[in-house]
Amino acid sequence: MTKLETAKGMRPQRKLRDGVHVPKVTLAHGGGGKAMRDLIDDVFVSVFDNPMLAPLEDQARIRLADLARHGDRLAFTSDSFVVDPIEFPGGDIGKLAICGTVNDLAVGGAKPLYLSCSVIIEEGVEVDLLRRVARSMAATAASAGIAIVTGDTKVVGHGSCDKLFINTAGIGVIRDGLDLGAHRAEVGDAILVNGLLGDHGAAILGARGDLCLESTIESDCAPLNGLIDALLDACPEVKFIRDATRGGLATVVNEIAEASGVGIELDERATPFREEVKGFCEILGLDPLYLANEGKIVAVVPAAAAERARAAMASHPLGRDAAIIGYVTQGIAGRVVMQTHFGGKRIVDMLVGEQLPRIC
Amino acid sequence: MCLGIPGQIVAITDAQRKLASVDVGGVKREINIACVLAERPIEACIGDWVLVHVGFAMSRINAEEAAKTLKLLIELGEAQQEFMAMRQSGRA
Amino acid sequence: MKYVDEFREPERVGALLEAIAALTGKVVAERGRPLHIMEVCGGHTHAIFKYGIAKMLPAEIELVHGPGCPVCVLPIGQVDDCVAIAETPGVIFTTFGDAMRVPGSKKSLLQAKAEGADIRMVYSPLDALALARANPEREVVFFGLGFETTMPATAFTILQAEAEQIRNFSLFCNHITIIPTMQALLESPDLNLDGFIGPGHVSMIIGMRPYQFIAEKYRLPLVVAGFEPLDILHSLWMVVKQLAEGRAEIENQYGRVVPVDGNVAALDAIGRVFELREFFEWRGLGSIDHSGVRMRKAYAHFDAERKFAVPSQRVADPQSCQCGDVLKGLIKPRQCKVFGTTCTPEMPLGALMVSSEGACAAYYQYGDFESRNGNLVVDAA
Repeated sequence: MTKLETAKGMRPQRKLRDGVHVPKVTLAHGGGGKAMRDLIDDVFVSVFDNPMLAPLEDQARIRLADLARHGDRLAFTSDSFVVDPIEFPGGDIGKLAICGTVNDLAVGGAKPLYLSCSVIIEEGVEVDLLRRVARSMAATAASAGIAIVTGDTKVVGHGSCDKLFINTAGIGVIRDGLDLGAHRAEVGDAILVNGLLGDHGAAILGARGDLCLESTIESDCAPLNGLIDALLDACPEVKFIRDATRGGLATVVNEIAEASGVGIELDERATPFREEVKGFCEILGLDPLYLANEGKIVAVVPAAAAERARAAMASHPLGRDAAIIGYVTQGIAGRVVMQTHFGGKRIVDMLVGEQLPRIC
Repeated sequence: MCLGIPGQIVAITDAQRKLASVDVGGVKREINIACVLAERPIEACIGDWVLVHVGFAMSRINAEEAAKTLKLLIELGEAQQEFMAMRQSGRA
Repeated sequence: MKYVDEFREPERVGALLEAIAALTGKVVAERGRPLHIMEVCGGHTHAIFKYGIAKMLPAEIELVHGPGCPVCVLPIGQVDDCVAIAETPGVIFTTFGDAMRVPGSKKSLLQAKAEGADIRMVYSPLDALALARANPEREVVFFGLGFETTMPATAFTILQAEAEQIRNFSLFCNHITIIPTMQALLESPDLNLDGFIGPGHVSMIIGMRPYQFIAEKYRLPLVVAGFEPLDILHSLWMVVKQLAEGRAEIENQYGRVVPVDGNVAALDAIGRVFELREFFEWRGLGSIDHSGVRMRKAYAHFDAERKFAVPSQRVADPQSCQCGDVLKGLIKPRQCKVFGTTCTPEMPLGALMVSSEGACAAYYQYGDFESRNGNLVVDAA
């Protein structure tokens, strides 16, 4: 099937084709003919339009000099997004696809610059849903200061995918001299997060509707490159950053403990959660430490710089509830322990499979 | 066994099926309150704190008993502190 | 959260622990051996590990983690029956989340779902009934499991289905009863217990009286306990205090939720819908007389056991599995031959590794700080 015209073969002077006048996507929209060009122009090109697209051929062409002025190394990442439901409180699959890739670049200390966007659409999806998702992608990309410069669409038969799958790949440039890595944690380092944990996981579980829970919890889905810039500007000593997505805080902290061969002790009292997320977890018997986030990072910072790092994040709108939640210890290598609010201690292990509500 | 959590009944949603909306830490869920009606009109349950298990209110939480347990816990703590203090001074 | 946070206050802990230690020292000196106290309920086991309570207690108190996790004690054959029903064309099979991972002889419900069976996780049996209402052309089956706490929920759901004449709904009833199970445990010749932390949420349904025989016949104290960490410590103190004073009584620490007579409306619903089975097969404990219920004949048209030709094959527990010994407190999870090696939460072999309420899974996930694979590390738990 043909490539997304935004990136390939589109001439700046070419006028956008007719809009789509049918309510739902059909296999004809993937057939490479007029219907497909109409869909692409109407839904994607009209909102993704940016100066970077203009000179493009069958690939995005980026001047090396434009990259080199940002740093000395290229960062390149790819991620696929599938989420049920497609739209949820606080975001949608489009916002998620932009934030996810922007954040994967930013946590490596890279300035995110260019994104690709490939969309797999199930026939029967409402065109209006596609429009909303595309607009959401464009708005999120604009707020993150990046450009979507190439892409692709496919339409597949009913049942071959779940409404809409999106893949985004991204290119960024890493600042000179920066070397972030999960292996760099040392005894005494502080563990920080930029805010309340578990919102995304709870929002998605709630939005599915099968648990019939009503709440005002919204996904924390957000591009974090601005926050990470603020953190790195104030605190170049930062040793490691990772976004706490699937598997939540517990998973990332375990990854750090394992990669660095250190113990980590978290303080339950310092670990920030929204009251509603706690209530949500109490009802279902879930542990919020394992709930997914889409706008939260975990940072490892030398103890001496910890407060400066926290303050730098707290001064950014996406880091208002930033907190120092624990320290790297001499404990057993690879083992994460939590000092409970109640004064006891427990192990915080990696998640086994999917977290299922515990009811009886 | 049997995960249960206190919540407050905030509205009656279906009087015939004895369904009510319960609030747990800001999260709401429709539950069945047949087990805690105790021959009261259904509206009388609004404001009740109940123990929620798998979508049913299984017990009305007794505020007096809760206060009594907390008082016992405090007294126990105080008695223990006195005892420790006595033992300390006995040793000294 | 009201009725939760105040029972998690760390300020009260120090004095309570000192009080427990002081009493324990006295009793242990008299008896010349450590105390074995069983928390019957899996919810207590979970809380004990989640809050790190086991490590706070004096070393002379050994907590024995009892059989009260209905997911853990679900026999392999019953899981096979669930899978068979779920794979029947036209069926929507509904279940609580934690039953999804329990391994059957060939697969778990999670695996059956992956292979295409329409299996849905619900929070409440009411949600299963709503699915039946919304899908009149499908047969919706709810997998009812749990002790007396959960029985009223499924009983009321059946009564509601009857009232609305919903014919495409049925219950696969695997409810179990606590008293016959405790009785069987107490009759076990090698049992070595000094007292019980009683199941709080079962007791809010059945009340305090059914436990009387434990005090009278077996001369053991039992304290019905709440699930917050202060509740558990308070109850332990009450058990040890009874031991120190030479008493064996049934006491209620969880008065805010557990009335002496239980819940009359709930018991009435249970009695209308269910009747005792002659025996029920438990994973790890074998067959126990009168330890399960089935649906009465009057509700036969809601009974999945009758509606579907379930294979009902008895499948023996794996030989290497020592869950029964752990359940009786004869060995600690870590002393089991397969703990952490061929039996892990990813690939559970035995019942107690299946749910996070199971003693072995709790040990594995929250437990021991020193070493996971180390041999026979003595736990304070």
